[in-house]
Amino acid sequence: MTDASAPTPAGTSPWGRRLVIAIPYLWLLVFFLAPFFIVLKISFSDTVIAQPPYEPLLDLAQGWQGIKDWWTGLDAENYGILFEDELYVASYLSSLRIATISTLLTLLIAYPMAYAMARAPKGWRPLLLMAVILPFWTSLLIRVYAWIGILSPEGLLNAFLLWTGIISEPLYIMNTETAVFIGIVYSYLPFMVLPLYASLEKLDDTLLEAAADLGSPPWKAFWQITVPLSLPGVVAGCFLVFIPAVGEFVIPDLLGGSETLMIGKTLYSEFFSNRDWPVSSAIAVLLLLVLVLPIAIYNNVQAREVGAKK
Amino acid sequence: MALKPAQKALGPIRRSFAPWLDPAAVPLIRFENVVKRFGDFTAVDDVSIDIHAREFFALLGPSGCGKTTLMRMLAGFEEPTSGRITLAGQDLVGVPPYRRPVNMMFQSYALFPHMSVEQNVAFGLKQDKLPKAEIEARVKEMLRLVKLEPFASRKPHQLSGGQRQRVALARSLAKRPKVLLLDEPLGALDKKLREETQFELMDLQMELGLTFLIVTHDQEEAMTVADRIAVMNHGKLVQVATPGEIYEQPSCRYVAGFIGDINLFEAEVAASAGGLVTLKSDEVGATFSAAGEASPGASVALAVRPEKVRISIDPPPADATNVLKGEVWDIAYLGDWTVFLVKAENSEKIVRVSRANVMRSETQPIAWDDKVHVWFAPDAGVLLTS
Repeated sequence: MTDASAPTPAGTSPWGRRLVIAIPYLWLLVFFLAPFFIVLKISFSDTVIAQPPYEPLLDLAQGWQGIKDWWTGLDAENYGILFEDELYVASYLSSLRIATISTLLTLLIAYPMAYAMARAPKGWRPLLLMAVILPFWTSLLIRVYAWIGILSPEGLLNAFLLWTGIISEPLYIMNTETAVFIGIVYSYLPFMVLPLYASLEKLDDTLLEAAADLGSPPWKAFWQITVPLSLPGVVAGCFLVFIPAVGEFVIPDLLGGSETLMIGKTLYSEFFSNRDWPVSSAIAVLLLLVLVLPIAIYNNVQAREVGAKK
Repeated sequence: MALKPAQKALGPIRRSFAPWLDPAAVPLIRFENVVKRFGDFTAVDDVSIDIHAREFFALLGPSGCGKTTLMRMLAGFEEPTSGRITLAGQDLVGVPPYRRPVNMMFQSYALFPHMSVEQNVAFGLKQDKLPKAEIEARVKEMLRLVKLEPFASRKPHQLSGGQRQRVALARSLAKRPKVLLLDEPLGALDKKLREETQFELMDLQMELGLTFLIVTHDQEEAMTVADRIAVMNHGKLVQVATPGEIYEQPSCRYVAGFIGDINLFEAEVAASAGGLVTLKSDEVGATFSAAGEASPGASVALAVRPEKVRISIDPPPADATNVLKGEVWDIAYLGDWTVFLVKAENSEKIVRVSRANVMRSETQPIAWDDKVHVWFAPDAGVLLTS
């Protein structure tokens, strides 16, 4: 916290400082909060066959009465629908489940990668980092399409496995949840590797020497020292993967087929096929709440921990 | 650190503690012709040292002299390229660090940041799967020993540098190792705390009856704490002796110069008879007589400590030996001592003289540019051939 009575550093007026702080807030206000309130408002509206496909609309020409009509026209009916129709609840739960499993799989694959990178000779590390970031240079869509070519019954993977004789019938991975897991793990791996690498690279080797000195063999020291000290990286990586994975649309749509139920797909069909903007807005708002609440709690806990360190 | 009454009896024993003089004594730690190379660089070059049980042994030398590498080989973090290291008769080569009965206090302390003081101290004991009650009792005992009981539940980052140092010490002592290794343990402390801690370390070592091996580049620290000091340079062992011997009987010019201040007069042996050597020094254009024996014609250095050189404005007593005339070049008043730098007559040689300030005021103070006499007894100096 800044102390109000504290003298400002030479050369910065309090106004200059406020301006600097105001810019990111303004950005959030314009590009995040304003659209969010529009979505929030639509979620409390009713669907109609019109342009735009919802009502009430705010008619300022009618003055005070217009505002009053607009306000009384809003209701939470759409949120009721979300809980009445089990499709939505099932979509939410399925999304959370798929995102959780994918996050754990990503962590399982990313941790050894990040660990190997952090232990690699210093000169190699920039190259390895580059290799992790490299896939970003191609569009996500193209990379996901490429997976269709790999996973489909006539795809590369099946061709290879049939050729080696490991299988005699092609595996049906496409249009299953397995394909979605593969897609998510592949697409989000860098988001997990990078924070893990950052926290593992900071790890002081003498701590591991101290653990060994006190009688802890390397595999035990890994669990006692390395893992707990890389937890901030684990948490950051899991958030970076889990949150977008819950709302993921492209990957389940392209790889998961009709069998895979995810909230992103439900939202898409509600919005574009059903043209029910209010219900899809309610889905989006509820999704935000589902994701924001745990993050806010986590941030709160962490802020308290950081505060205790000071 | 308070001593328990029963253990105070160890004090007098220590006074006559010199197992290295007893040919029948079996050393606890033996470095035998240990060599360590990193690529082309030889960090430790054919070092053999015997360290006895309950000794406080110091490895002293400038940074990069191989002292830390030698210690790390004992801890198991490095393996010797050749040679043997034994502890209580057991060959340590190939034994991983987590199976060696030695513990190390790291220079950076290496405290586990995610564990409390208590958990740090208990870490080693938990690896041994001791009963919970025993671990608790031992942690308590250790924290009492280093006076950190009120801080048991704090995390390392909530402690001061001195407190962290104590946690590191308690953690490395908790397993009651046969040998405690201390890698520049006091380097991060300020001077006053460092001096206090040196005495505490000595008391602790006596109280626990353990063998301590300390690595330091601070000669004063080594002199204070150690029973014996091994001076190292460029990976080689230069001299192993008690602090007194190292200071009064340095084996070579390097040791003489590294420990304390010294005047080195380069000279040639003119005659040697009856335990007295006559030296001719072209450096200061004088003739010295020194106790010792040397073959005539040999070039030697006569090493004289500054406090063994006398200084006065008046001519010295008639029986004074090794008298030089000179001019006061510089004076450093240090409170307890005054150091005079005297430029010898007809030469460029600066002679360093230190004098204890036993009186509060001088009747005849020596000032800058005064003409003075400096002299020293024949047995004040040591003849160095290498």
